[in-house]
Amino acid sequence: MEVTDIKEKWTNKIRTVTIGATADEGGTRANTVTVGGETTLPFLTFEGEIPNRPVIAGAIADVVPEGWPQILKDAIGDVINSPAEWAQKCVEEYKVDLISLKLIGGDPAGANRGPSECAETVKSVLEAVDVPLIFWGCDDEEKDNELLMECSHAAKGEKCLIGSATESNYRTLGAIGTADKHKVIAEAPVDINIGKQVNILLQDAGFSLNDVVMCQVTAALGYGFDYVYTIFERVRIAGLKGDDLMALPQIANVGWETWKVKEALQDDDVLPGWGKLADRGPMWETTAATGYLHAGADILTLAHPKSIAAMREAIDELMAN
Amino acid sequence: MAMTGMDIYKNLPKSNCKECGFPTCLAFAMQVAAKQKALTDCPQLSDEAKDAFADASAPPMKLVHIGPEGDAQVKIGQETVMFRHEDKFYNASALAGKVAASLSDEEASARLRQINEAAFSRIGQDISVSMAAVEVEGLSADAAAGRAKTLADASRVPLILMGSDPAVVAAAAGAIADKKPLIYQATADNAEAMIKVAADNKCPLAATADTLEELADLARSAADAGVGDVVLSFDGRDTAKTLRNITSARRAALKKNFRALGFPAMVDAACDDPFKETVLAATFTAKYAGIIIINGLDGSELIPLLTAAQNIYTDPQVPNTVEAKLYEVGDVTDSSPVLFTTNFALTYFSVEGEVERSKVPSYICVVDTEGLGVLNAYAGDKISPEKVVKTLGEQSVADKVKHRKLIIPGLLPPFRAEIEDTSEWKEVIIGPESATGIPRFLAENWN
Repeated sequence: MEVTDIKEKWTNKIRTVTIGATADEGGTRANTVTVGGETTLPFLTFEGEIPNRPVIAGAIADVVPEGWPQILKDAIGDVINSPAEWAQKCVEEYKVDLISLKLIGGDPAGANRGPSECAETVKSVLEAVDVPLIFWGCDDEEKDNELLMECSHAAKGEKCLIGSATESNYRTLGAIGTADKHKVIAEAPVDINIGKQVNILLQDAGFSLNDVVMCQVTAALGYGFDYVYTIFERVRIAGLKGDDLMALPQIANVGWETWKVKEALQDDDVLPGWGKLADRGPMWETTAATGYLHAGADILTLAHPKSIAAMREAIDELMAN
Repeated sequence: MAMTGMDIYKNLPKSNCKECGFPTCLAFAMQVAAKQKALTDCPQLSDEAKDAFADASAPPMKLVHIGPEGDAQVKIGQETVMFRHEDKFYNASALAGKVAASLSDEEASARLRQINEAAFSRIGQDISVSMAAVEVEGLSADAAAGRAKTLADASRVPLILMGSDPAVVAAAAGAIADKKPLIYQATADNAEAMIKVAADNKCPLAATADTLEELADLARSAADAGVGDVVLSFDGRDTAKTLRNITSARRAALKKNFRALGFPAMVDAACDDPFKETVLAATFTAKYAGIIIINGLDGSELIPLLTAAQNIYTDPQVPNTVEAKLYEVGDVTDSSPVLFTTNFALTYFSVEGEVERSKVPSYICVVDTEGLGVLNAYAGDKISPEKVVKTLGEQSVADKVKHRKLIIPGLLPPFRAEIEDTSEWKEVIIGPESATGIPRFLAENWN
């Protein structure tokens, strides 16, 4: 029996963003990473193109993240104490496409490292690995303005992806990105309208949306995952239908959010019958990452080596067939 | 083509008899238009109207029941949209634990006990493995019948009978026909005989084929033989192809009203590597499978997958709420801190999680804000100092603690003065703006 034609006719293409710069382009990376460019929904290649595979960023931090469970620290090993070595392990052993460095050491309520110390960390990671770099501030807006500026200078020309521009600091981030030729993450608090608004603000401030990756505060599985999953889908559909302000690649910060929630922190002594944390934790991260991948994420930030391996295999499989 | 509520209404008896469970014929018509009721649910419908509209008004994806009537019966299908924001996803994916044919009788029974016990409670909702996929491949007809009978009698959940030899599956199905198992599965090679097994035993049937065209033919043949409850079956291990096919089948049914594929789908995701299996099962939880067969029965795999189904099938139009009451986190005493927050589930669980992380046993007083978070509730007048004070009173919080210190969300500093002025809570402390600040806040402000 002939089956009725069900192909969608998407009219628009998601913008492409290239992260990293090789020597020819004024940087020191061995290769660049390009995301976006889709003319169809995730992996539905019968009605459009997926020219660039979704990529995995290894989540690292400048100081050992407070609150991460021992099973995660053990899985990563001693390198967790050195961002440069941690980055190397991500690239060499876990085979990540790029590194996502969070500069939590800058947090005034935490280690309160100065901007120049943070910039040194960025430099050390850029020297230790030759994949492109994403780096984020410490979530303290005042501090981040200063910190990101200095880190940006230190990485000038490397075309890093910097997080994140919000409704309140987009001018600073746009200026930094323009001055030092970096790309910028536009972030919104689980709100698709604010997501679009931040893009508009960045564009109005003179920053090209061709250099922007969209981000929603990524929810862990079970903690608002349904909201963020649906925002990813709606953003992608709007982009494919012709809304140029939404036709941007998206990043899901899965690793960072997963390792804060009960199911990824507490072992079966607290949650009897729920399985060993050493398995459940990375499963929690992997399950959320799978959802976001199919909702339209172009970059998945992951922390546990098992999650990274599982998602790399899944993406290989989906892109090969 | 889809009919409007008015199109349907014109053909109803307009008697407002209420026998359908709705107050008026128009209300019923609207339900039919929304594809939540079938026109045939109208007891007074004329035969003429029935014939004219039966086809056009039936839900574009059939609701399929598996298992005997009762709480454990699995209902899948009757979905209306491709994306949950367009309406919602209705009947959550059922996880089916596989019982391999290679297991001994003792092992198979032990495995079934594991399936029976795979039931959990998360955020106040029960989540569980809801089917047992019993493989009879390679067994003799007698052994298959024996195994099906033993396991079905012991099972908390409905069964899937997995096999390719119609004679063996027929023996197993015959032994437990009253349990309405899902016959798995009709293929191009066994179609006629396997359809007969389902028809003879009045059981639902899974069907699989290499292409959607062949699958539509199989489903049509089943319907012609009187098997109306069909589940479209796909191999999850061929992920990319299955993703395309399961999406195409659902589009054909929902967007083009293509009847031959108007059935729910299922995916066999069973494999030896638990991480690979988790990825496959999570993929098809998001993407349209009503049933997913897996091997893993450890909580570490089940809880994430069941939570994913719980999330994906949440109604996006209804804010998730928790009951507005006083929650105790940890071993609280009469000197434990008291915090209040809203009944928006996300807000509450963020606060609860961070309080747990702080390791400071605490009371959390949840104020009913109709499912709005702190700022939205404040802007929408769903939370006020007066309401907070009233809620504290209703929950008898003052009887639980000897102090009168109240920690309020950092986003509501104006509440402090009014609460202190109008209640016995004389020491109001402004907490952090975000839940993530709670551990440090409690460490620094509560001894």
